[in-house]
Amino acid sequence: MSVATRTRARVPAGVPARGPALLQGLGELLLTLGVLLLLFCVYELYGTNLVTEREQRQLGQDLTRAWAAPPAGPTRAAAREPALGQAFARLYLPRLDGSTALVVVQGVSVADLKKGPGHLPGSALPGELGNLVLSGHRTTYGAPFSELDRLRDGDAIVVETRDSWFTYRVTGEQVVQPDAVEVTYPVPGDAGARPTRRVITLTTCNPKYSARQRLIVSGRLEGRQPTSAGRPAALGEA
Amino acid sequence: MYAWLWGRLPGPLPVRLLLALLALVVVLLLLFTVVFPQVEALLPFADVTVDGQG
Repeated sequence: MSVATRTRARVPAGVPARGPALLQGLGELLLTLGVLLLLFCVYELYGTNLVTEREQRQLGQDLTRAWAAPPAGPTRAAAREPALGQAFARLYLPRLDGSTALVVVQGVSVADLKKGPGHLPGSALPGELGNLVLSGHRTTYGAPFSELDRLRDGDAIVVETRDSWFTYRVTGEQVVQPDAVEVTYPVPGDAGARPTRRVITLTTCNPKYSARQRLIVSGRLEGRQPTSAGRPAALGEA
Repeated sequence: MYAWLWGRLPGPLPVRLLLALLALVVVLLLLFTVVFPQVEALLPFADVTVDGQG
């Protein structure tokens, strides 16, 4: 007995002969929807990572080339904010990635964050007095901050710029509401206060695959050394 | 649906197979470059900053 006749046999009498064809069409439609959903997952979990991988490689090369050339204009200009979307620093999280660097771009728009971790415009630049705020994807697009919850107090957060290495140490981790802008203030939690410390704040979404909360990692600057002095010892920590 | 589409394809079997493959590739390209990036914007994966818009 063929599939078609078996299907037809189940259709009650009186139903037009088009019933099975409609059922088959519906089945094909549902299967197609299922395949579409699977493909979307493939895109989110793998495709987006490829996009960021390519961007990071390109930005890393740009950065290496830019830093090799003599600085354009007076040194004062280098201390000012980089252009939106432009790579301007490297971030190392030795506990999570060993000595692998993440290229940091200026800006936290959706487009910026597809390239890598982004620096909140207006927040302190690396080593500056105040709060250096960096945001990154927890999932998709390379997920640079995927394992941020594994950082422990005292872990190194190293930032490399054209002329310096900055070593920050993790001082705390917290989960906050998405509107907790106070963590980004120059003095976190104290609006309008004049900063006296050099701190860093990493933000990402929490829990994974959700936007319900934000995971915040805070740190304080421990030391600075010129790039001519070589890589900081903190990079050797695993 | 697919049987009907297959019936619309012209030519002998090899040509039909090639056309079907081509159509599949075009559909996949459209999905990955146009449709999925737009659907993605509706998902919360990019909400990683604290700005009150999450």
